[in-house]
Amino acid sequence: MNKILITIDGKGYLVESDKTVLEVARENKIFIPTLCNLQGIKPQGSCRICTCMIDGRMMTACTTPVSNNMIVITKTEELDKLRSNIVELLFAEGNHFCPSCERSGNCELQALAYLYKIMVPEFDYIFPNRNVDATHPKIILDHNRCILCKRCIRRKKEAENPTWFVFKNRGDKVQINFDHELTADFDDEMAQKAMDTCPVGAIIRKEKGYDVPMGKRKYDKHPINCDCIKCKE
Amino acid sequence: MSKPIVATTSLAGCFGCHMSLLDIDERILDLIELVEFNKSPIDDIKTFTKYCDIGIIEGGCCNSENVHVLQEFRKNCKTLVVLGECAIMGGLPALRNNAAPISECLEEAYLNCVSVQANDEKIIPNDEELPMILDRVYPCHEIVKIDYFLPGCPPTADLIWNALVALVTGNEMELPYEVLKYD
Amino acid sequence: MSEKQSPKTFLPNEGDDSGCSCDCGKIEAILAKYNNDRGRLMDILIDVQDSQGCVGKEAVAKIAKVFNMSKVDVVQTLSFYHFFSQTPRGKYTVYLNDSAVAEMMGRDEITKAFEEEVGCKFGSVSEDGRIGLFDTACIGMNDQEPSAIINKRVFTKLTKEKVAKIVKGMKNDFEVEDLPCTDVQDNILMQGPILTKDTEIGEAVRKAVFMSPEEVIEEIKQSNLRGRGGAGFPTALKWRFCRNAPGEKHYVFCNADEGEPGTFKDRVILTERPNLLFAGMTIAGYAIGAEEGILYLRYEYKFMEKQLEEVLTNLRNKGLLGKDVAGKEGFNYDIRIQSGGGAYVCGEESALLESAEGKRGEPRDRPPFPVVKGYMQQPTSVNNVETFCSVAKIMHKSAKWYRSLGTLDSTGSKLVSVSGDCERPGIYEIEWGFTVQDVLNLVGARNVQAVQVGGPSGKCIAPNDFNRKLAYEDLSTGGSIIVIGKQRDLLKDIVMNFLDFFIEESCGSCVPCRAMTVQYKKKMEKIIAGKGVKKDIDQMLSWEKVMLMNRCGLGQSACNPVISTIKNFRELYDAKIQKTDYVSQFDLAAAVKESCKTAGRIPNLGGNHE
Repeated sequence: MNKILITIDGKGYLVESDKTVLEVARENKIFIPTLCNLQGIKPQGSCRICTCMIDGRMMTACTTPVSNNMIVITKTEELDKLRSNIVELLFAEGNHFCPSCERSGNCELQALAYLYKIMVPEFDYIFPNRNVDATHPKIILDHNRCILCKRCIRRKKEAENPTWFVFKNRGDKVQINFDHELTADFDDEMAQKAMDTCPVGAIIRKEKGYDVPMGKRKYDKHPINCDCIKCKE
Repeated sequence: MSKPIVATTSLAGCFGCHMSLLDIDERILDLIELVEFNKSPIDDIKTFTKYCDIGIIEGGCCNSENVHVLQEFRKNCKTLVVLGECAIMGGLPALRNNAAPISECLEEAYLNCVSVQANDEKIIPNDEELPMILDRVYPCHEIVKIDYFLPGCPPTADLIWNALVALVTGNEMELPYEVLKYD
Repeated sequence: MSEKQSPKTFLPNEGDDSGCSCDCGKIEAILAKYNNDRGRLMDILIDVQDSQGCVGKEAVAKIAKVFNMSKVDVVQTLSFYHFFSQTPRGKYTVYLNDSAVAEMMGRDEITKAFEEEVGCKFGSVSEDGRIGLFDTACIGMNDQEPSAIINKRVFTKLTKEKVAKIVKGMKNDFEVEDLPCTDVQDNILMQGPILTKDTEIGEAVRKAVFMSPEEVIEEIKQSNLRGRGGAGFPTALKWRFCRNAPGEKHYVFCNADEGEPGTFKDRVILTERPNLLFAGMTIAGYAIGAEEGILYLRYEYKFMEKQLEEVLTNLRNKGLLGKDVAGKEGFNYDIRIQSGGGAYVCGEESALLESAEGKRGEPRDRPPFPVVKGYMQQPTSVNNVETFCSVAKIMHKSAKWYRSLGTLDSTGSKLVSVSGDCERPGIYEIEWGFTVQDVLNLVGARNVQAVQVGGPSGKCIAPNDFNRKLAYEDLSTGGSIIVIGKQRDLLKDIVMNFLDFFIEESCGSCVPCRAMTVQYKKKMEKIIAGKGVKKDIDQMLSWEKVMLMNRCGLGQSACNPVISTIKNFRELYDAKIQKTDYVSQFDLAAAVKESCKTAGRIPNLGGNHE
């Protein structure tokens, strides 16, 4: 594979040319926040949180392929402010009641909010009228918590045909929809997989939850950008 | 120099934030040295007896009485601090905001629910003395100006302590990672 | 848990299928018509919607089965588009334009007239299921508002009396063709080099195909032609990238998804100069090495589809489409029409391609660009209607001629669609370099408060900018010019309308576009209600940067109505805000009204409350 030179935050790296900026950053232990990205599935750039300054323009690291002599800036005060705005927008547009959520402590959205120390509400809470779909035998889809990252859609799309999880509607009425018939025979493993794909508590397994005590959950003590051996496992 | 005066209250909350305030353990002795309490469930002073420096609010506003108390706090306190998820964004009481209109909530609670046993006259409480229920639960900052926000359910004792120390001393607040949590 | 949990909360979110019973045989026939081709899902959905009045549960199941898709996947596409519905929308479906200009021209009265005559509210269908009333975004008739689409036909300059006649016709089961008041005017009020009929189409095409494709591209390059959709990308460069990109097939797309409110120039070209457009598309096909050109026609323009088909047939008969086009051996090229389903965002080229492939019209991540991986992952050049017309003229008359028009950076002419508060709304073909004031003089606009240049995604400018030039290097525009008179409430009548438009038309994929637009609306409501403070304005300005993080142009410009009015009409905002640092929007009386009513008590608002 051809090696090319790119500069990330002032430091040069020789990298393989078929990688994205995010992949290269990860390989080199440079933290770029992500939400709609999940390793192993096709990136889509819908949350926009991984936006970096790439050759002077704001571009998403997860979808931008590296190119020779590319200059990437992953972190500035302004970028972090913008990212923090996006995180808060997601909190404001849905109904995110962390205290009662099974995913609290293991939630990527919450972890990013902790990272950016979001305390003061800048946006109006919309309190949208959204449903909880608890009719499936194994999983619950709670639209209140969904951040519409499409990870579930993309994971299934690649693995399965026909697709199970999809989008529905558009604009601020967009929501995740899934096929009850095709997923009717989900076993526990499949249900767990669906839940693990979700960065927040929108897809959760029935009759399970709160099994890790507070203080021992993923992001209780270690931030999402933590570099320690335990977090990198 | 006289000690800063602190008032606290719990609106549509569960008093969990006040419990967390007490959770500062032995530092409560330092706190008493640092500040004087006025209207607060902690000392059971029911009405403001003087202008306060810091007002600490737990819970959001679900009824007219909450609104009234919050407005009183704004009038009587120099700085208002909201404590916990309920005060910041409505919290669990606000689960009703998107579940159903208030009319349905009241009918469910007092008329239709299977656990309603002895309401033969089909009355939804309507005594003049009762607070009026709001159409939704409002975050405090939608009612009055709020100066500081301390998240958590409840906020950790350390967060409350650090914030109070910062407010009283005028120094920047210490905010280690483990201290800021939303649950 | 109680057995009586609110049923709404625990139902699966399947499409509501109440009242629809589809004719399955018909659906099979429709699928067969498109060779059971998954890529033609848009056409299939349109035909099903047209013939059944909705795409109901059974139709969804049938389509899903044939394409080996899940049902929810079919719904995924169909729920994206404004003109598809899972529930019946009536034998006659009235889509009344709700653009800002329609409102200015008295839409309110027409809304009431329809509701009274039909007996149901907008957003619903009459009890007998006969007539449905729905809002829709700009239908490209801003020069003859208020106007509506009924079963694909357009009814313009509506009045109360006209509405009464139309509704009477619908109640009497008239064929849509027989309903009164469908006169769409072309309103070409100034012709320039493009609109002037001095080009023999065959000649232009012949001239091109007997040059080499490279020479054609070079000629276009010499003309300095730039894309007329608004972004202004050099056409020759786009073609060269496309031609050079490897692929099994190359495609030409014409973007006739003219959705920018206030623009209607493409409508006029499509109805008045379709030959010129198709000649341009053919030349493009030759230049990039394509065999197929596709005209992506917005659903709102379906009324002209039949005529366009006839023009294409005619071109085929003349040997200007089909095998060995214009006598050039080996150049086989044809054009087909692909309809949209009602989505502004499909005017974005990659969203347009997604839509043409039968999917949700969500813009793609770039790179790769469509010129490299476009329609069906093949190199594709997407160009504007007006661009193609310019191409045909350039081939006929030479690049040198073209360069002599306009300015150095913006060569040629521009069709502008002028509407709003002026005496002569319509199409004006001007040379680039005209000032806004020049245009205002042409159209007879007096007492002008503001001019919206380039539609909602463009800029709202104040009189001190009226001497600015319409050109890529100054005020770039896709062609929409909306004149806003002094009698208008700019914030309420214009900005709020535009914000609603962007909220409705966002594809919903990027977070800032989906969620921030709603926050902008909240803030604007607050300011208009007189409850805003300076901080609200500052915050709205600071959010612009967040909007720039969006993937596509729609998202990036969705805050422009607010930003450009704050920048150019700051005094309107300053007059509305309170000179304090906090104002509560809370209204106790409103907040307790419902609960007091339910409990049967009189609200006590006196004394203690403020």
